Amino acid sequence: MTEILEKLQETFGDRVSPSQSIDQTVVHVAAAEIVSVVTFLKSQGFTMLIDLSAVDYLRREPRFDVVYNLYHNGHRQWLRLIVQVGGEEPQVPSITHVFASANWAERECYDLFGIRFRGHPDLKRILMPDDWQGHPLRKDYPLTGTDPLPPLVRE
Amino acid sequence: MAETELGKVDPETGLKPMVINLGPQHPSTHGVLRVRLALDGEQIRACEPVIGYLHTGIEKNCEDLTFNQAITLTDRMDYLSPITNNFGYVLAVEKLLGVEVPKRCQYIRVMFAELSRIASHLVWLGTSAMDMGAMSPFFYCLQQREQILDLIESAAGTRMNPSYFRVGGLLNDLPPGFIERLKKFLDGFPRWLQEYHRLLDQNPIWLERLKGTGVISLEQALDYGWTGPALRASGIDRDLRKWNPYSSYEDFEFDVVTAEEGDVYARYSVRMREMEESLKIIRQVMDNLPEGAWHVDSWKIYPPNKADIGRNMEALIYHFKLFTEGIRVPAGETYAAVEGPKGEIGYYVVSDGSGKPYRVRVRGPSFYNLQALPVLVQDRMLADVVAAIGSIDIVLGEVDR
Repeated sequence: MTEILEKLQETFGDRVSPSQSIDQTVVHVAAAEIVSVVTFLKSQGFTMLIDLSAVDYLRREPRFDVVYNLYHNGHRQWLRLIVQVGGEEPQVPSITHVFASANWAERECYDLFGIRFRGHPDLKRILMPDDWQGHPLRKDYPLTGTDPLPPLVRE
Repeated sequence: MAETELGKVDPETGLKPMVINLGPQHPSTHGVLRVRLALDGEQIRACEPVIGYLHTGIEKNCEDLTFNQAITLTDRMDYLSPITNNFGYVLAVEKLLGVEVPKRCQYIRVMFAELSRIASHLVWLGTSAMDMGAMSPFFYCLQQREQILDLIESAAGTRMNPSYFRVGGLLNDLPPGFIERLKKFLDGFPRWLQEYHRLLDQNPIWLERLKGTGVISLEQALDYGWTGPALRASGIDRDLRKWNPYSSYEDFEFDVVTAEEGDVYARYSVRMREMEESLKIIRQVMDNLPEGAWHVDSWKIYPPNKADIGRNMEALIYHFKLFTEGIRVPAGETYAAVEGPKGEIGYYVVSDGSGKPYRVRVRGPSFYNLQALPVLVQDRMLADVVAAIGSIDIVLGEVDR
């Protein structure tokens, strides 16, 4: 595990910064590098993308953490990658061509957080209705609303 | 839920495939799953699962509840095995708190997790056999599942949404007479398991429909993030109970069941043998169950008991604080996962130091497993879709959350 991390730092220098969080290794990655970092880690044995999601830190800039969770079947360990993005229209390169499991996860992330994944083959809402306004898991999105419910049947 | 162009006109024949909807209200989809299929005759040219019909915003709602209240929502995701949902969540919160529950609590948790694994597999077996036209296994399976739900009810008070695991412990210790009732179930169940085998193993229709259907290679399964019995049926022994043991799983002896073929039948046989392994674990827990404390000894995490509240002013204050403000969990973030009946159910919990979680991300196995459905059914017959969906063992409550 430490070997892989050393190699990762050798290859990417200061564009990645590993740290330790409780019992797991976390690597902060620059948004522009995520595809090459994930490709590199996959070649090092991290053959599974277990999860991809985001966290909204409303008052922080950059505002969002996009969290990738990889698993190494040889070392039997998880590795967390975090990409920070912000701005009016947060954007991250898509990793669907590296891991097939990223497809729906990125769509969900777009649906609920409004983070766009550049290069995703079919980026559209997955859980909310197509014509929904807003992204529910953002912290500035209210838990309950006063607006009337959208019609149940579409014409 | 947007629709994409599925059926393209074949340039050679000039024919357009027929697009049909399977679901969202279809008995074989085990919930409200809609599958759009482009058909050429009875062969599937393209397949697109459409989800979101059961989205209830559980992750959003968790952010507005205290750490213990949020447990009740985790029950409602994979409602066939609510105990394992509780399990992953409380482990994540306990990891943030930096506490470890006493051995007795860990053992009881393992016991209930294995019981609910059997209960979940029984529903899967019954329903997927019914999808294939075999009615009787369904009744026999649900009858045995009812015995497990009775056991859960006697400990937690509810059958379906027990919320039995709490941060730092359990709702209650085991009720009087529980072990005897459990013993009765353990004595009777193996005979039923044999009965299920006898009903299906030699059944020519069952074998014909299952063998060679819905094949996925190990490489593809890993690529799609498959976990649990579905992945193990493709030839890898990835089981978090062995690979990343939690809650004293390393104390118990059991085998990880695998198969090589990666088809529907392989997934069937893996789950069937897994139930036997679960029985093994439950027996070991029963024989070695330690006496003593069953929750952490800290009023900041686990509420004081009623007798103390009556006598002790401090206990009263802690009790009041716990139920009005919730447990103060140190700021931080962590990921904890358990091996559920359907696969890795993981929780990424972020705390900002208050009594409510800042963010709860649920990594549901059904969500990732379902995504590979198009791989399983590509260029197969329409009827194989039903077999394939049954074999992934999805629960839409967890897919949509």
